[in-house]
Amino acid sequence: MTEQTPLFEVFVRSRRGLDHIHVGSLHAHDAEQALEYAREIYIRRSEGASIWVVESRHIYASQESDAASFYDPMDDKPYRHATHYKLPDGVGHM
Amino acid sequence: MSISKEDLAEFALRLGDDSLIHAQRLCEWTSHAPMLEEDIAIANTGLDYLGRARYFLQYAGNLLNKNEDALAFLRDASEFRNLLMVELPRGDFAVCMVRQYLLDEFESAYFDALQYSTDSQIAGIAAKTVKEVAYHLRRSREWMRRFGLGTDESRQRAQAALDDLWGYVAEFFITDELEAGLVDAGVAVERSSLEGAWRHRIGELLSETGLSQPNDTWKVTGGREGIHTEHLGHMLGEMQFLQRAYPGLEW
Repeated sequence: MTEQTPLFEVFVRSRRGLDHIHVGSLHAHDAEQALEYAREIYIRRSEGASIWVVESRHIYASQESDAASFYDPMDDKPYRHATHYKLPDGVGHM
Repeated sequence: MSISKEDLAEFALRLGDDSLIHAQRLCEWTSHAPMLEEDIAIANTGLDYLGRARYFLQYAGNLLNKNEDALAFLRDASEFRNLLMVELPRGDFAVCMVRQYLLDEFESAYFDALQYSTDSQIAGIAAKTVKEVAYHLRRSREWMRRFGLGTDESRQRAQAALDDLWGYVAEFFITDELEAGLVDAGVAVERSSLEGAWRHRIGELLSETGLSQPNDTWKVTGGREGIHTEHLGHMLGEMQFLQRAYPGLEW
């Protein structure tokens, strides 16, 4: 049954002000059912404030083989990174 | 109007037994559902019912000076007071969901009214239950649509389940002498007053999904008096085994 059943990725925002975070994936026949299953599987105990589901086939992902050209060149150029800035305390989740 | 402690306990026992026996049937689905996600969803629903059963049985136990475990695990079939509908074998997935749907539509209206009970314990449990039932109903309605508008097989199985279960619905709407007394005291809900709206909602969904509402040609009752189907004893045999074999055992 699950061979024909689409796979969905589930994103949960646990409270206001936070981002939706990928928590896992599940099978469902459509988005409405995916939302219900996501509620059953991922937020029964810690209350979520919002759930997104998206069919996995809609995610266009980078490949392992792209790693060298995608990420490496930046490592030796510290001026490309924002790591030297000090975040004010008032900025919470960043 | 004053009511006796025994009547109140009996009422709590009925509602507790409905939940407990239904919970057991739902949990029998664990590892048997059509897909893993549904397996978890059914078990979660079962746990909602188990939680509700505990509230009602604890309350009945307090009134009767017994503990909830003794009520759940040491009574025989004839001492159970649940509706016959919930003790029927778990059947196929259509039976599971059609039964859930018929029950959800009833419970949605019933607990909505019961949260205004003059008994604060009953009202409190009902208020908690209302939220669970709203979600259960959303799920079971969705499945009814899938069955009715899905494949020939899903439609046939859902229709067969409806036909097989329909005669057990009558019991939802019986207010016997005991409950009538509690209705007068504002503790319980007049069950027959919910039937018209229930039939209307069921009728609407069934016509939307192409399923047909069975005729009222037969009915079976008796759960409230402890007259059960042959299935309850078998279920209790499994459910109560541990406490019967090892009295007082704790996890």
